[in-house]
Amino acid sequence: MIGAQLQAVDAAALAPVLVAALGAVAVLVCDLVLPLDRRHAVLLVAAAGAAGALVAALALVGQRRSTFCTPPGSLPIGVQVGRSCSYTVDGFTLFFLVLLPAVALGVLLLSLAYTRDAALPPGEYGFLMLSSLAGALTLAGARDLVTLLVALETLTLPTYALVGLRRRSRLGAEAAVKYLLVSVAATAVTLLGVALVYGLTGTVYFDRLTAALAARPDLRELPLAAAAVALVLAGFGFKVAAVPFHWWAPDVYQGAPVPVAAYLATVSKAGGIAGLLLVTLGAFGAFRPVWGAALAVLAVASMTLGNLVALRQRQAVRLLAWSSVAHAGYLLVPLGALATDAGADAARTAVTATLGYLALYVVINLGAFGCVTAAARQVPGNAIEGYRGLAARSPLLAAALAFFLLGLAGLPPTLAGLVAKVVVVRAALLGGAGWLAVVVAINTVIGLAYYLRLAAMPFLAPPAPLAAKDAAGAEHADRVGGAQAGREPVRLAPSLAVAVGAALVATFVLGVVPQLVLGAATITP
Amino acid sequence: MCPATGGFPFRGVAVIVVLLALPLLGSALLGLLALRPGPPAPEGSGADRLARWLGVAVAVATFGVALALLPGTGAPSAGRVVDPRHEVDVSWVAALDVRFHVGVDGVSVPLVVLTALLTLLCAVYTLRSLPPPGRAATFLALVLLLEAGMLGTFVSLDLVLFFVAFEIVLAPMYFLVAVWGGGAAARRAAVKFILYTLLGSVLVLVGIATVYASAGTLDLVELSQRAGAGLARGTQLAAFAALFVGFAVKSPLWPLHTWLPDAHTEAPTVGSVLLAGVLLKMGTYGLVRVALPVLPEGAHELAPALGVLAVAGILVGSLCCLVQRDAKRLIAYSSVGHMGFVLLGIATLTPVGVNAALFGNVAHGLITGLLFFLVGGVKDRYHTADLDTLGSGLAERAPRLGWLFVFGCVASLGLPGLAGFWGEAFALLAAYRPAPELSRPLFAVLLAGAAAGTAVTTAYFLRLLRRLVLGPPAGTGAVSVGGAPDVRRVEVLAWAPLVLLTLAVGVYPRLVFDLTDGPVRALLGVYVA
Repeated sequence: MIGAQLQAVDAAALAPVLVAALGAVAVLVCDLVLPLDRRHAVLLVAAAGAAGALVAALALVGQRRSTFCTPPGSLPIGVQVGRSCSYTVDGFTLFFLVLLPAVALGVLLLSLAYTRDAALPPGEYGFLMLSSLAGALTLAGARDLVTLLVALETLTLPTYALVGLRRRSRLGAEAAVKYLLVSVAATAVTLLGVALVYGLTGTVYFDRLTAALAARPDLRELPLAAAAVALVLAGFGFKVAAVPFHWWAPDVYQGAPVPVAAYLATVSKAGGIAGLLLVTLGAFGAFRPVWGAALAVLAVASMTLGNLVALRQRQAVRLLAWSSVAHAGYLLVPLGALATDAGADAARTAVTATLGYLALYVVINLGAFGCVTAAARQVPGNAIEGYRGLAARSPLLAAALAFFLLGLAGLPPTLAGLVAKVVVVRAALLGGAGWLAVVVAINTVIGLAYYLRLAAMPFLAPPAPLAAKDAAGAEHADRVGGAQAGREPVRLAPSLAVAVGAALVATFVLGVVPQLVLGAATITP
Repeated sequence: MCPATGGFPFRGVAVIVVLLALPLLGSALLGLLALRPGPPAPEGSGADRLARWLGVAVAVATFGVALALLPGTGAPSAGRVVDPRHEVDVSWVAALDVRFHVGVDGVSVPLVVLTALLTLLCAVYTLRSLPPPGRAATFLALVLLLEAGMLGTFVSLDLVLFFVAFEIVLAPMYFLVAVWGGGAAARRAAVKFILYTLLGSVLVLVGIATVYASAGTLDLVELSQRAGAGLARGTQLAAFAALFVGFAVKSPLWPLHTWLPDAHTEAPTVGSVLLAGVLLKMGTYGLVRVALPVLPEGAHELAPALGVLAVAGILVGSLCCLVQRDAKRLIAYSSVGHMGFVLLGIATLTPVGVNAALFGNVAHGLITGLLFFLVGGVKDRYHTADLDTLGSGLAERAPRLGWLFVFGCVASLGLPGLAGFWGEAFALLAAYRPAPELSRPLFAVLLAGAAAGTAVTTAYFLRLLRRLVLGPPAGTGAVSVGGAPDVRRVEVLAWAPLVLLTLAVGVYPRLVFDLTDGPVRALLGVYVA
């Protein structure tokens, strides 16, 4: 009897999440056990945890599993509904279950050397990051609003601490507090939206919501419904750093340790996009005109503002922060193009385009942040001017940085970035939003201006040592290239080299064979 | 996987794949050489010489393969609008409907051979002459990557593949101008170049995606065969407008030409030769290959605008040349004028006009390539291209260089018997008799304007010759710096093919017309019928 009332839990479906969570615990235990001088090896345990989650996800490929299911019944509003599950592993979930641990693995490898140099506590760092990863993996499989929100919180909560992990750093503490306050406010707003939806329909499961809204069109007409949708969207808009929910991003990225900024820009943003796709197409498909138009406006605002403000940045991490705001805009374009299209085909195209762009962008962005992390030791404060002359000291690093920045700009020889742009423009035009495509085109050009500035900086001659602090040192740098006597070549820690190298290979392969990612992104619901 | 067409006897691999793979592999190899840790190899060292000769070897091999593509490209089979030879068609990105579909026909093969030839001559020229900061391996890696992009554009038969190749050339050219151009002015010119041409490129992408959204296919052969059937008039207009502006930036069409003078002036010699010789052709080739066959209704609507802007470019370019003090800038503006003739030929939408345009492309590539080489030679010797500083009498100080200059300028102004004449003459002839739907009075006015432009062209070239080459040796820069003032052996090797080809094509234009005429008539079938 009790057995019939207990929910069956499919451990296999939850395997990636469980491995990530267990990995987090293992990191804490190892941190206690390892001797003080070898403490930083605990991040290797964390990396193993991420790799384990990836392996568990790969084992699930091709399967379709659900867990935490509720039996069929009827809703208070009088609609019959079938069996619904809170956590489902399908093509959509698997895409993130494979992508996110791989990227987190890259971030953890970047962190190995950085935490040692910056004296960050490695045990706490690894634990927080793996906990956050577990939340991200749960988010991808969440199929009801409450699970989604809990997963979102699990993804975000550890990152508050990660951002402020640098002790005795005013910038770090300020960034952490800002992030906490804005994030909590956004969650509160989203919760209100979820509560309103529950009040309207009596359910939080996505499939039941769709059924309820389809069976009761009068619910759709209520202004309360549109307000609820808008409130839920606002929370996710904050997560992906779309304008006007973006203003926390530059300060937080700059105040956080660089690998944490990389994590926020890749895994955290991917989680936000996953949530957005689930909420818009999974739950609120009936409100397409409402959120389509809203997301189109958000997309245009993010692209334009992000690119324009990035033009004025003088610090590399801040520049990448504003660039990620702009890319949030590009990510929202396929969904925004749905505003004028009611077909089911269009929804599939939008999902493929968004996921394809996300995967390509996340890999390239990881590489870009990786190069900035690698250069962080040589460049005081990550100032863009400090990158001058880097090519003479480390041609590989300078070439890699240029490669990734050109990818973010969407230019060959980084074909992956180019394919991403093609995907987005194609999605915009297939949805009938030609004007959106033109806006993307113009923004691509604006974006190139600042990516080029950072990419070309390593190839310019550094100012003379005495005039290093003088802004007028630029006139000494009119010559191009040439190593200055006495400048040491940059030595990269092995873990950093592996991470950046892996990102390089992945970007190159995805550029030449984008079908690998786009095929996986073509999800039949 | 790849059908072995074209009679290449080596293991059944298609010739065209080899054509594209050679410069890419060469570029990768040279890139690895360049990224070796440690200080860059000084001039004259083993690594530096290896890099230069490797570049020449790859360029020679690519040129050989390009020549192998020539036989077999003739008139299309009956009923086919585009009939490519040496075709390769495999799926690339199935999720986006993009295929790796490449092939050559009479329209593209002259440009393919021109590209391979100019790259070879640039590699030979680099054997002896490389501007500071040296770094031959990086330089040649970028040049070969550029070549791969240019060749890719001319052989692509899939719209997105065309766009990818179209964009590949931007980053290498940016680095060539910014790093080897020297100075802050070169960096500014490079940024202007890449931002402007990127805008053109992404507008081309928007046009391509518009066509795809309506037609459902990206295949150029298929789309040309349909000739706009199934595409609504509004869609055709919108797509053609986007493609028009995009290709206009590249061509360049007045008034979107302002990136050109700075980029040409600040680029190193090799950069200017490739920029003028090949990159400009990508825009006009795009119009002929992509815009005209696929969107006929759009073309009919916007052809008059194209014609007007083309003649404006001829006149403005020529008038600007009259007041130039810098020889490189003068030749850059002359490019605007010449491409104006090419665009006028396209605007007439007739076989005569498009044949003239394709001929003019090849002729401009040869002649302006030669002129930029010559000015580069002058700049190497006297460290300036400023006409006032150089003074007159080059023919007395360095006779061979001076008389080569005369040859180049006279060919460029369109003297009959040399390559420049046929493109201009037939463009004017086509303007006299444009396609039936176009306004004859308008094109008669355009004809008059273009003819006036030829007069101004003659004027500024003769002025250049009088100021620089002829007359007694004078001027403060009269003392040559470094080495023999007259033409060196490596320069003879690099420049002679251009001189000989200019003569050959000028005396026997059928060398080009025989290749282009059949395919052009098939391509424009929908306009003539």
